[in-house]
Amino acid sequence: MSEPILELKEITKRFSGVEVLHQVSFSLRPGEVHALLGENGAGKSTLVKVMTGVHQPDGGEIHLNGQRVEFNAPHASLQAGIAAIYQELSLFPDLNVAENIFVGRQPTTTGGRLDWRTLYREAEQLLSSLGMHLDLKQKARNLSIAQQQMVEIARALSINARILIMDEPTSSLTLTEVAELFRLVRRLREDGAAIVFISHRLEELYEIADRVTVLRDGTYVETREMAQISRDELIRLMVGRTISNLFPKQETTIGDVALKVENLTLDGVFENVSFELRQGEILGMAGLVGAGRTDVARAIFGVEPPTSGRIEVEGKAASITSPQQAIDLGLALVPEDRQLHGLIPPMNLVANISLPMLASYSRRGWLRAKQERDAAFQAAQQMEVRANNIWQRARELSGGNQQKVVLAKWLSTKPRILILDEPTRGIDVGTKAAIHALMSELAGQGLAILMISSELPEVMGMSDRILVMREGRVTAQFTRGEATQEKIMSAATQTIAAGETR
Amino acid sequence: MSAQHPPARRNNLLTLVARYREAGIAIFILILAVLVTLRAPAFLTLNNFRDILLNISILSIVALAQTMVIITKGIDLSVGSIIGLVAMMVAFVFKASPEFPVVLSLPLGMLLGATLGAFNGLIISYGRVPPIIATLGTLSIYRGLVFFYSQGTWINSFELPAAFKQLSKGTPLGLPNMVIIAILFALAVYYFLNHTRTGRNIYAVGSNAEAAQMAGIPRQRIIFLVYVLTGLAAGLAAVLWVSRFESAQTNTALGFELQTVAASVVGGVSISGGVGTVPGVLLGALLLGMIDNSLPLLRISPFWQLALQGLLILTAVVVDNLILRRSQRRGRR
Repeated sequence: MSEPILELKEITKRFSGVEVLHQVSFSLRPGEVHALLGENGAGKSTLVKVMTGVHQPDGGEIHLNGQRVEFNAPHASLQAGIAAIYQELSLFPDLNVAENIFVGRQPTTTGGRLDWRTLYREAEQLLSSLGMHLDLKQKARNLSIAQQQMVEIARALSINARILIMDEPTSSLTLTEVAELFRLVRRLREDGAAIVFISHRLEELYEIADRVTVLRDGTYVETREMAQISRDELIRLMVGRTISNLFPKQETTIGDVALKVENLTLDGVFENVSFELRQGEILGMAGLVGAGRTDVARAIFGVEPPTSGRIEVEGKAASITSPQQAIDLGLALVPEDRQLHGLIPPMNLVANISLPMLASYSRRGWLRAKQERDAAFQAAQQMEVRANNIWQRARELSGGNQQKVVLAKWLSTKPRILILDEPTRGIDVGTKAAIHALMSELAGQGLAILMISSELPEVMGMSDRILVMREGRVTAQFTRGEATQEKIMSAATQTIAAGETR
Repeated sequence: MSAQHPPARRNNLLTLVARYREAGIAIFILILAVLVTLRAPAFLTLNNFRDILLNISILSIVALAQTMVIITKGIDLSVGSIIGLVAMMVAFVFKASPEFPVVLSLPLGMLLGATLGAFNGLIISYGRVPPIIATLGTLSIYRGLVFFYSQGTWINSFELPAAFKQLSKGTPLGLPNMVIIAILFALAVYYFLNHTRTGRNIYAVGSNAEAAQMAGIPRQRIIFLVYVLTGLAAGLAAVLWVSRFESAQTNTALGFELQTVAASVVGGVSISGGVGTVPGVLLGALLLGMIDNSLPLLRISPFWQLALQGLLILTAVVVDNLILRRSQRRGRR
């Protein structure tokens, strides 16, 4: 067994007091493909960013070739031979392949001019040594995602990177492109490079990875040989949490169908999504980040209308092409990103809360200040928003209180169908419990709630039924009784061909 | 609402400036007034003050409209050309038919201006052309139309009816009509921005277009509207301009758009959108007007006048950025 090339020892990382990595260890050997596995928020990305010097750890040590090192900035780790290829590719779209490979390090002549001949010659050599076939003069924007990845890998190797970190490299590739990528990865492995490979597709990991390290809630779980661990066991290591009774969904009488969605499709984003949501019911939508859940919610709400499919609201066919129409039909959407989509940060609480309902607080376009203020005050009070007063600006509040303001805003529209996208992401435990209690109460009043959540315990604790999405499709549906974390995780990570359970 | 105290925040100078932006400008104006008066006592006379008000009336009207555009993250560079074109058209109307009712000249100018503004609005909101490019284009087009329309000729004072010339300067209510019109216009904009649904929507679209859209606000219609309103204000300004200066020339209000932007920005309107108040812009216009007025009194060369104006704009923008960066840092916390 060869000595590790990179070793992370008990790395701890905190963001504004919250620990996102707790004494995580990770060791990487030359000539291996090492998978990093975990749910959303398990700390994979943060760990990668510690390796690449984007984040500095608050505790623990990094050893490279047995020497202790500290990376203060991304270029420091790059110089040490660690390169990362992220999900969002970072090529310069208007530069060509060769220029992209050597960007920032272009060979120059003695006069300081660009030495184009050397540039193309070296790029050519590099690509052919990797067995890649790319037109050197093609602009990056004309390349497919797979080809762009190739260029990124070539760029990394051109600076003699010995450690390559690939974050979900296969997520937007076709099967043949994946095969091509794996061929390249194996070739690099044979040359002695060490590769950290992040993917949610377990099948792929069995195909390409030698070892796997599992993270859960920011802690290290285990490192195993890939060949000696079963799929079920892997999933258990990933989720292995006990569900406390933190999430009290009270029993409610389930009423009529409030929202019915049939074969909803947005080309290239999600397809044939169908489900029913009843009054008094909480329908959980589980899946990994990027599975298309948020897009389905936005489509239903008219932000980006679907290309085909049918939506029925309370038994009547509805064509919703703008949020205003959705609001008029009794829908409300509490979006995932509060700062970006939920709030107008420089506005005060009153203006924020009244925004979707300004029409009802005004007469012939003139605002009725008192009516608006009273309604906003009542909504804020009901949600127990903590602020100095209702004239405080939204951006001055904490995350949990901002979420309460967004909830207050949408509840003041008196919706009959409420869509919540990651309602408790990134907020404190107390507020979280309050929001869960509120959801339960609202369902009790007959509201139909669609809850998108990446947190399995939340999904399982709150939902009457659970829908699982994977790569733009619904892959499974469970009742409260049937669902287990393992089943949900399995449906969220399996490749489509492996089984369409619907 | 529970009485919770927020975490202690440092109340440094920047926070104060951010909170009391208008007061800051007002204090600056007072200091300037005192300094100028010490050197040139002629500054502090009723007559001079009246002069200043007359001079900034037109600027205030257009700057307030420009402010609405800037609040939506846009800019309207064509206002100078709109004034030029509408001024020429209105002047031609009076030249051709001196009996044209003077009172009607105001709605006529506003209608013409609004039409030109609507063209800007269409290109920007529905054609999705960036505002700076779209209005740079119409700046040239509208100015070109002035030449086309007038065949390069001017309309001079003797060609305009006396009653029309008195429209801006007459003082039946004690103050010149023009100043009264500007005050009424400012009040209208103030109520529009603060007490109507549409006004609220303008701020919402400007500070977070995505969130505004999700809340059901028709974003494109709002953007279209602010350009129409700016055209309308420029049309009103054009009528006052011809009446006051008693002529319409091919270069009327040439470069005026920059002054309107200057007044807004100096008055605390943020170029990154969503922020701006009517009192702030009025103070901004007053400050610019005072500098224009006082430097000749102090016998300082006009070169310094421009340089000082530029310096003020830069200061305002830098302060603005510091505030923005600070609030973003807080937002991320």
